[in-house]
Amino acid sequence: MTSGQYLLCILGMGVVTYLPRWLPLIWLSGREIPPLFVQWLKFVPASILSALVVPSLFLDPSSRTFDLTRPEFLVALPTLAFAWWSRSLGGTVLLGMILYSLAGFLLP
Amino acid sequence: MGAEMIRNTAPSWVQGMKAAWPICAGYLAIGISFGIIARQSGFTVVQIGLMSVIVFAGSAQFIAVSMISSGASVIPVITATFFVNLRHVLMSSTLSLHLKGTRKSLLTLFAYGMTDESFAVNFTRFSKGPWDIRSALTVNHAANLFWIASTIAGGYIGHLVPKGAFGLDYALTAMFLSLLVLQLTSRIVALTALVSGVLAVLFSLVLPGTWYVILATMIAATLGVMLQGSLPAAARKERRRP
Repeated sequence: MTSGQYLLCILGMGVVTYLPRWLPLIWLSGREIPPLFVQWLKFVPASILSALVVPSLFLDPSSRTFDLTRPEFLVALPTLAFAWWSRSLGGTVLLGMILYSLAGFLLP
Repeated sequence: MGAEMIRNTAPSWVQGMKAAWPICAGYLAIGISFGIIARQSGFTVVQIGLMSVIVFAGSAQFIAVSMISSGASVIPVITATFFVNLRHVLMSSTLSLHLKGTRKSLLTLFAYGMTDESFAVNFTRFSKGPWDIRSALTVNHAANLFWIASTIAGGYIGHLVPKGAFGLDYALTAMFLSLLVLQLTSRIVALTALVSGVLAVLFSLVLPGTWYVILATMIAATLGVMLQGSLPAAARKERRRP
């Protein structure tokens, strides 16, 4: 890929990334949304967070093989328990980072 | 209550910065590793920085670098980017519920910085009340600046940073876990989240790209709406925690 092609490529990437972020905001924020769709959207955040994070706990990102013994999952258990108990985002992130770096030393 | 009121009197951008730090910590780790990988694949620091400024999308940038360095042409890279980032349609639609009547110019600025991470933080803040577009913009653009700076720094000095330093690699996972827990306001929501997580694992084993996120979310949210409509009111009651 030449420099010109590269520039064209990242401009195109920018457009196709920006439009899905922009269009629904502009289009939906100015009008009434059908109640059933609003109800559906209310289930989206928890579902999408779960769909993003759960596979990252169990699957190796490059080979996509399932593994129950990944440190990502083992560290997630106390991290989740702490999140439930403390309701603190900052505290949970710090604890997760500390436990994950400890796991790097302790686990094979 | 007292602490709540003090916090709410802080300027919007201060509240935004406070909410953004876990994202910044995570982006530091991912941005540096992106910079290292892109440099090793033959990209210049200028090319790395330009991609971060123009695209601003973590996973799509990693995919683009690996495609370009293995000889892919322009159209396939753009197509892959489109499908990887299509999930933001769902996030943007959901956030629009909280941004009714906001000026289009601010929404246009806001959309540029919307990622999985800033969506998760902003949605949680909006749904727990008082949170405004200016704080949300601060979250998006603090995260954005951190991403751009980290990828460039990774291109320059990435090789000097020990891999896995300070557990930074886990910052975003811990953040998502915590935000997920904060979203679980009723049994139906918890059930849909569980279904979505299981489906996402199954789909990611068989489907390419990030289709697993979109499909798992859409099926689980539909299930949530169906359950909501079929259960007696007592079971639907929201469980409020102090």
